[in-house]
Order: sequence, then structure tokens, then C-alpha cells
Amino acid sequence: MYNQTEVIKDTTELGPEGELVINMGPQHPATHGVLHLVVTLNGETIKKIEPHLGYIHRSIEKMCESLTYRQFIYVTSRMDYLSSHINNTACALLVEKGMQIEVPERAQYIRVILNELTRIASHELWLGAMAMDLGAFTPFFYAFREREMITDIMEDTCGARLTMNYIVPGGVMYDIHPEFQTKVKAFIKQFKEKVTEYEDLVTNNIIFQSRTKGVGVLSREDAISFGCTGPVARASGVSCDIRKIAPYDVYNKVEFDEVIETAGDSFARYMVRIKEMNQSIRIIEQLIDSIPEGEFVGKTKNVLKLPKGEFYQRVETARGEFGVYIVSEGGTTPHRIKFRSPGFSNLSALSHMAEGSKIGDLMATMGTLDLVIPDIDR
Amino acid sequence: MFSLEGITTATQDWLLIKFNPTIALAIECVIVILLSITLFAFLGLVLVLMERKVAARIQIRLGPNRVGPGGIFQTAADTLKLIMKEGLIPDNADKFLFNLAPFVVMMVAMLLLAPIAFAKNFQIWDINIGVLYISAISSLSVIGILMAGWASNNKYSLLGAMRSGAQIVSYELSAGFAVLTIVVLTGSLQISEIVAAQENGWWLFKGHIPVIIAFVLYIIAVTAETNRAPFDLAEAESELTAGFHTEYSGMKFALFFLAEYINIFIVCAIGATLFLGGWMPLHIGHWESFNHIMDYIPSSIWFMGKTFFLIFLIMWFRWTFPRLRVDQLLNLEWKYLLPISLFNLLLVTVIAIMGWHF
Amino acid sequence: MFLKDYILDVYNGVSSLLKGMRKTGYYFTHPKEIITEQYPDNRATLKLADRFKGEVIMPHDDNNEHACTGCTACEIACPNGTIKVVTKSEVNAEGKKKKAVDALVYRLELCTMCNLCVIACPSDAIKMAPNFEHSVFDRTKLTKILNQPGSKIREGIE
Repeated sequence: MYNQTEVIKDTTELGPEGELVINMGPQHPATHGVLHLVVTLNGETIKKIEPHLGYIHRSIEKMCESLTYRQFIYVTSRMDYLSSHINNTACALLVEKGMQIEVPERAQYIRVILNELTRIASHELWLGAMAMDLGAFTPFFYAFREREMITDIMEDTCGARLTMNYIVPGGVMYDIHPEFQTKVKAFIKQFKEKVTEYEDLVTNNIIFQSRTKGVGVLSREDAISFGCTGPVARASGVSCDIRKIAPYDVYNKVEFDEVIETAGDSFARYMVRIKEMNQSIRIIEQLIDSIPEGEFVGKTKNVLKLPKGEFYQRVETARGEFGVYIVSEGGTTPHRIKFRSPGFSNLSALSHMAEGSKIGDLMATMGTLDLVIPDIDR
Repeated sequence: MFSLEGITTATQDWLLIKFNPTIALAIECVIVILLSITLFAFLGLVLVLMERKVAARIQIRLGPNRVGPGGIFQTAADTLKLIMKEGLIPDNADKFLFNLAPFVVMMVAMLLLAPIAFAKNFQIWDINIGVLYISAISSLSVIGILMAGWASNNKYSLLGAMRSGAQIVSYELSAGFAVLTIVVLTGSLQISEIVAAQENGWWLFKGHIPVIIAFVLYIIAVTAETNRAPFDLAEAESELTAGFHTEYSGMKFALFFLAEYINIFIVCAIGATLFLGGWMPLHIGHWESFNHIMDYIPSSIWFMGKTFFLIFLIMWFRWTFPRLRVDQLLNLEWKYLLPISLFNLLLVTVIAIMGWHF
Repeated sequence: MFLKDYILDVYNGVSSLLKGMRKTGYYFTHPKEIITEQYPDNRATLKLADRFKGEVIMPHDDNNEHACTGCTACEIACPNGTIKVVTKSEVNAEGKKKKAVDALVYRLELCTMCNLCVIACPSDAIKMAPNFEHSVFDRTKLTKILNQPGSKIREGIE
């Protein structure tokens, strides 16, 4: 039998120039899911990072080929589970576009309010998880207190807390709960009081600033060439908010700013998300009092059939641009469906961003990328 | 009035009556050993639970509250679990050093217990170079950590141990300078004299600006020396290198874990003795009536209260701040803490010579 | 000059740290802010939302009657084959042969609680109940038959 040291000598890899190759994950407290990173180190400096994906691949795209156009929406909630309403909206919008279904205005308002609430909830979780990666354990619990209020609102109206499945082609499944507006207003009030807490504890903290400023810089040209979208690209100066470029639902009627920073480092990505949360609150405030009366779902046929052809719809999730692409042969199920996930393109820029920095900076960079691995692996 | 001094004198008199002086001394040594081991075990239990409860309260949640009323048996349950785990030794590890390392760290902690004055006339060994003894012995803990890192035969343990060693050695300088401030003001290295000099007020209030600066520097330096957050890069869970005690499991890991908390208690006790007056109650100048009322509270309660306040301060730091990177850590020491402590020493010398303190 | 920047640096750093400590100190001294729910001790007073999607049930009224006609619309709407409707043929009051439901087999272990079956039902026979404690020791207990034995359809449901 082998001595243990002989076995280790055979399996410890060395890179092409004799550098050290180590594995981070797939089980690791900081990789936010099952992500396997093969890191090539030169002493303590990172030379190359290679992500190995596929640990949570569930062949969702193949599965959707046997589901009808009403049934395939619930699967997208399980992909990027932190922006489930936004993913569902993308699928519903695609079916409505293909079949020319009219969506009543009440449903559009409800959809936009729920989307923005989901965006705030996703950013809150990101804030807590990123602070925890860097060693500050308390902002996690403060962020979850706000997220708890949002999930309570979702539980009242949609019936579930994480994978809501409330949006159908034509509108929404049920009318909103009678207490929806009061609860959302109470949440807005609490959020505005507590947002200064994050500033005191995290943003203005000198230790946090020195760990994220100048770390993981992504230039504007690199962001465009890697295909990064969402806060990652907006922090490098790329203007890519789908809600402004190709507005859907009632986004063309509300006033909000697109948050752009130019520094491109981790601190800029952090500030973009914090300011986005404030902009989402602004959108909700404009809409919550003026939800028009009317139907909550449009008239649709019993069996939905998309005409023959190709259709594409994109929305802005909390992570970036999410796209749904369907090739239809005229039947009740899609012939081929493809999801463009924002995390996949953002992850591809990680190797470029982390090259030349130390291992300690890798945590800060990965934290600000906001990766959700089921979204990447589908 | 309850006083620990009475118990010690009564025990000593009784022993001297019964046995001849040599055997009485031997029996006293045995009693002291047993008491200090009990104190360690008890402190370990209390401090781990205190950490978890303080963390929970800061994080708006309840701490352990199922095991026993209010969760007081939680640490006992955890210790029982750790004892029953398998103590694995890696294959090519240096067995002797691997087994010895936790005990070195514990021994250093126990040796440091000797000069601390828990109450009036309740000190194990009142050596005349007390402060120097404390500085010297606390430097020995680095040996235990480096032993643990080297003997694990794991390159990440060694990396973590090296980083930890560099951190401890650097921050000892600042801690030493902070302690020197009090020595300059008192004029003596002996612990009992330092406490006696605070009879008309604690040094934190009497020596104003330089002592306050020294206190802040001391707290930062001892947080770094005991590998606590925000300086806990050596044992952080979410960083890559998991630290010098990766390969330890079972009872040896429990010893490292316990030694860390005992170290915190010891450095806080020393800080309380030097800056906050040890067992001396709060006296203000020569207000006799006020001082007399303060004397009614027993001195051991004063000492424990001050120590636990400083422990709470250190725990507060852990749950508020993110972690520093290793180069920022060393940067902080050599570029900020050391110049400020040198300047502070100069300042306190001038103040002591001119007599500008209270 | 260098000294002024140095001192300003130290001052800004220390004051930012102290502000953070004040926030956590506030939460330490205000235990009333704790929002932890002490489950399972508070089962008696636990209140879930009405629309919470726990499991599918078929409500029966006092006469042990339900509203399911056996049309299998829920079986068609379900995305992963959780519901299986077993029908039988029975003679109704006017002597005509009609389809009726024999057993509505519902496998809780497969259900994704997506609510598509509830909105597909034309006679509102099934709905979602807010019950979330589904753990059992025996997996066969999770295959439930939703219509109770001896029950029949209410009058007037088509």
C-alpha cells in the first residue's frame, strides 16, 4: 500500500512553471454556492483562475422542451433564486410578445413593484454575505431583518417566500393582498431609517474601504469585451441598464437614475448596488399609491401556442441582463429554449480582474461580483 | 465584609499549626495548583458562553438558550462533544512537537497567572519585576504557535503560523511601550506597588492624555497579540489558509481554543491592573467619605468587574469590524502604532518629571 | 504637509471605527429589537399567511361533499406529474352515466407548490393549505388521496 506522502506527491499538481495549483471549493464558505475554482499561485500572487462549473447543472433548458408555455415559468424561479420575480417576468413578457396578449395596467404596476422589491431583497442578501466574507459578521443580520420584511410581504401576496411563481402570461395569478400597500409603505419607512446603519458599519468603515478600494479593477473596454452587465459593468462606466434602454411594463413612466461609477474597483461595485437600492425605493414610492383599478390578468386562451419563429426578451435582474430565447415550431411546448444568464459572463471576467493580486483580495473581488451559481449552471 | 484575604491567612495559620513549615509550603503549592486549574476550566466555560451571548445580542438574536436555563450548560456540552472526537495525527507530522504544541501554549497562560493580583493580598507571587516577567513570558507563546504550524506537515498551516508569529512579535512592541508608560509614572515594576500607587485614583484618570493614548494602544495591541478579530487572519474560516490549528482535532483543538480565551482573560487582567487600578476601588483624590463607601464593595468584585469590562470591549471589536489583510496589519503596527507609542513615551516622561499628573 | 495628513488620517480612521461601534453598542443595549421567533415553542400562536402554499387539499363541507368533477384539468396543468386522477363511471340522479372521481392521488414528495393546478380547476375544488410540517418517517405516507372515503360531489357542480 502507498505511504500517505507518496500518494500526496502524485496528486499535488504543479503548474507549467512549477507554481502551486490549489482548489477552492466546491465546498467553501465564501464561494456562495458550489463553485470550483482552480487557482494557480506564484507564491502569494494569483496567476490564473479557472472556474470549473456544472456541479448544480439540472438540464433546465432540456426540461423546458417538454413543458407548456404556462408551465415552464416556475423553473426559472429556481435558477437565480434571488431575483425570482424578475426571471418570471421575462418569461411572461416573452409569451405575451409572441401571442400578442394584452396586459392590464394594474398587473403591470404590480409586476414592477414586485420586481423592485425583489431587487432590494437580492441586494440586501448580497450586502450581508459580502460583509461576512470580509470578516464583519453583524451586517448580515441587520440586512436580513430588512429582507424578512420583504419576504413577509411576498408571503402575504404570493404565498411563498423564495420561489414565488406568481406571474403568469397575461398578468399575475391573484390580486394583491388588501394589506399590501400598507405593508410596503411601512417597509419603505423602515428602510430609509436603517440605511444609515449600513453606512456607519460598512461603507464609512476605514478597514472596509482599505480592503476594497483599488482591488479587482475592471476597465471599461474589458467590461464590454467580456460581456459583463449589471452593476459589474455599470461600476466600470458602461451604461447598460435594460430598464432604460429597452423599457418593459411601466418602466418608461417612472423616473429613476441609472447609477454609473467610473472607478471599476470593488468599492465602486459596492457603491453602485447601494445606490441602486435607493433608486428602487424611489420607483416603488412613485408607484405604490397610484395602482390603477382593473383586472389583474388579461384574457388568454386556455392552451397557449406560440407561432412559428424565434423570440427573445431581456430584463434587468439584480445581477445583470437576463435573456430568454425561444425557438418555436408552432406547438404547445418550445422547440428550444436558451437562457442568457448574467452570472456566466460576469464570472468570466474574474480571472482577468484577480490576476496579479493576493489571495486576500480574491475574497473581496468575488464578493462584489455577486455570483449565484445555480444561475450560472442552470 | 467578605474578603479573600481572610481565607488565605486563616488557611495558612491552620496549616502551620498542623504541619512543619516545609510540608505546609508543599501543601499550599498543591492547593494553588488545583485552584488555578479550576479557575481555568471555569473561566473557559464562562468566557465561551459570554462570547456567544454577546455576539448574539449584537446581532439582534438570542444566543444559546436551550441547554440549561439561559444556555449555561452549552459550553459543557460542547466540551463533552470535543472530548469524544477522534484525535487525528497526520502521517508525516513530527509527533513529539505536534503533541507538545497545545501544552506549550497552555503552560504560558498558566505561568502568567502568577503575578496577577486578584484581590487585596491575594497574589500567588509578588515578584519585584512583575511587569517584566509578564512581558517576557507572554513572548514565549509564539514558540507554541510556530511548533504547531511546523509539526503539522501542511504548507498552509506553516503559512498561517508564520503570519501569526510575525503578527504577535510586532504587536508586542506596542504593548510593551504602553505598559512602560505606567511603569514610568509609578517608578516601579512590582505589581503590588503599581496597584498601591492608584490609591488616590486610577491611572486612567490621574495621568490624563498620555495614559489614555497608552490605554487605546494597549487595547489594540493585545487584540492583535491574541489573534482576535479584526486581526484574526491566521484563523479565519473564509480565507484560504486555515491557520496553524487546522490539523488539530478533538481534545488538542479544545486546548488551543481554551488557551485563546484564557489569554484574553490574562491580558485584560493585566490591563485592568495597570490602567484601571486592579483590585483598588474607585477613589477620587482625598474625598474620604466617598472612598470609604467605595471600600465596602469587596476588592475581588472590583477586579473581576474591570476585567470583564475589558473582555467585553475586546468582544465588541470582534463583532463590529471586518478583517484586516496581512500587509495592512503589519502596516498598521510599524507605521502608525509604533511611532505614536514612542512619542507617547516621550510625553509621559516629560509629564512624570515635571509632575504634571494628579 | 505630511504630519497634518498623518494626524488627519488617524483621526478619520478612529472616528469611523467608533461610529460603527456605537451602532452595534446600541443593539447590544436594546434587547427589545430581537425579532427571533421561538419555534417550536410558539406553535400555539404562530400565524401564517392565508395564501401560504403548503400543500394541496380538497375542502369538504359538513355533509362530506366536495366539488371535484373528475375533469383532470389539474392533472394536465401540473408540470411534473404530481396529481393523478382516477375516475370511475357512475349513474347520477337522472339516470345518465357520468364520469366521477374515484381517487385524486396527490404525491406530496413531488409537488413544487407552483399553484398551477389550483388556478386550472374550473370548479374551485382544490386549494392550497398553509401547513408546512410535512416530515414523516415513512415515505409512503406522503402519497395522499385528497377526496375522503365515502364522499361525493355536491349538487349543482358541473
